[in-house]
Amino acid sequence: MTGPVGPATSAAFSKSEMMIVAAARELAGQRVCFVGVGLPNIAVNLAQRTVAPDLELVYEAGVFGARPARLPLSIGDPTIVTGATAVVSMVELFSFYLQGGLVDVGFLGAAQIDRFGNINTTVIGDYTHPTTRLPGSGGACEIAINARQVFVIMRQSARSFVERIDFRTSPGNLGGAEQAERIRREGGWLGRGPSVVVTDLGIWHFDDDGEMRLDSLHPGASVEEVRATVGWQPRISDPLTATPAPSPEELRLIREELDPAGAYTR
Amino acid sequence: MSTFKVASMRDAVADLVRDGDTVAIEGFTHLISFAAGHEIIRQRKRDLALARMTPDLIYDQMIAGGVARKLIFSWLGNPGVGGLGAIRRRIETGEPAPLEVEEYSHFGMVGRYTAGAANLPFYPLRSYFESDLPVANPLIRELDSPYGDGKVYAVPPLRPDVTIVHAQRADAAGNSQVWGLLGCQKEAAFAADRVIVVVEELVDEAVIRADPNRTIIPGLIVDAVVVEPFGAHPSYVQGAYDRDNQFYRDWDAITRDEASLQAWLRDWVYDLDGRPAYVEKLGPERIAALRPTAAAPSGVVDYGEYR
Repeated sequence: MTGPVGPATSAAFSKSEMMIVAAARELAGQRVCFVGVGLPNIAVNLAQRTVAPDLELVYEAGVFGARPARLPLSIGDPTIVTGATAVVSMVELFSFYLQGGLVDVGFLGAAQIDRFGNINTTVIGDYTHPTTRLPGSGGACEIAINARQVFVIMRQSARSFVERIDFRTSPGNLGGAEQAERIRREGGWLGRGPSVVVTDLGIWHFDDDGEMRLDSLHPGASVEEVRATVGWQPRISDPLTATPAPSPEELRLIREELDPAGAYTR
Repeated sequence: MSTFKVASMRDAVADLVRDGDTVAIEGFTHLISFAAGHEIIRQRKRDLALARMTPDLIYDQMIAGGVARKLIFSWLGNPGVGGLGAIRRRIETGEPAPLEVEEYSHFGMVGRYTAGAANLPFYPLRSYFESDLPVANPLIRELDSPYGDGKVYAVPPLRPDVTIVHAQRADAAGNSQVWGLLGCQKEAAFAADRVIVVVEELVDEAVIRADPNRTIIPGLIVDAVVVEPFGAHPSYVQGAYDRDNQFYRDWDAITRDEASLQAWLRDWVYDLDGRPAYVEKLGPERIAALRPTAAAPSGVVDYGEYR
């Protein structure tokens, strides 16, 4: 379903808008969120205007408690500073706020993900001779290890939901829950890893084996489409929940306030 | 050491940036000294190791300009827009010459500058566990806590030959004040052998002393102060001008193609003799559109006088 960007009605909305809305709703009840570059940025800003008005936004550029008056194109923008609770150096941000255990949710994007939520944002192909050089870790590797839990937002396709990621930039549930829990415990990690993956087709959570399971299907998406865009035999809940469509207010916020140019939703 | 360090950009770069140097132009999305990067391109410096957390457009331009042999970084891209064509071509195809890369995460890079600034042999951090990054970069090493409570990873100190930062203001001795995002400029400056500070405004020492909490870099470690208003465009200076997001979007098309990138460098770098000419070429309308929509002054704090 690819709705035109136009008057806010719940009848017509794009897959990207549904993904952003579903991701924002996942932040209900959360307190401190570390915001990754790209899609997480619009999702958390929508959450702050809807389900989580008291959400403390942490930007890796060195801001705690941001109240952006406009949606920043980049995660570095003067609007994340004006009106914020605190501006700190990056070493303080990563050491005290993240490594110190104050971040409830690390919200990341990904180029590739596997069934256990391990993430690649570094290269497609071989590291030394990549077919595609991607941005790299940024703060993602330490966020994946130190945030109490990790949310992921990404479009799913056969190229992004893969059996084997080409490079493990940020650890998820490694080879499964048993191994991941042992390594986290022995290593003294604060984080318990990925808990939700929101895509343009649905919402995935992680089951007792540490594997992704589709729990909710977005309106307009089909299970066949989900299977066709996953590089392994995906686990699918039965019965499957239907994600409620975006409300007129959620669509209005995205289209009129957050992303009038359609930079995130095209 | 002289307390008057004001220099032209041409002289500062000629005197302080040498072929083969490790150069860090820091500033995390904010306060990026594009003016210094362009001068380094114009002076055709060569074989530099360019260090920067987010190489961004400035290193894409410098690498297209042929100044670098190596890139040390933690996130490579045009945030919110796309890729950096010149850098990607060097890495993916090795054309026109291979580019050596040394890659960390953000925390790793700030840790490296911190260790460099503090004269430590390494910086310990809880990152990199179960990641392929230590495989790709063997300088990231696992370490047992000497107190027997587990493992951490260590990154080596980074001590640039030259660090270049942009600041809102400094006095002639180089005492520099910044507000807004602080990034890792302080750490990168203290870690460096030589420091160039580029400022929007040169102020009296009394202005600095009236607000000492705002000083991030003391003149003690500064070699040159360059006064270059609008020198951070297309990045931004909190309170002075906004990020030129249109420029970042436009860059996506320019950098996809080597010929268009070289044409851009000719028009905006080689054919201009410095930042004033660049600002003039941008034009007053573009600059006016980047001014803040309204003032948002801080409250005044009272330090008190004690005699």
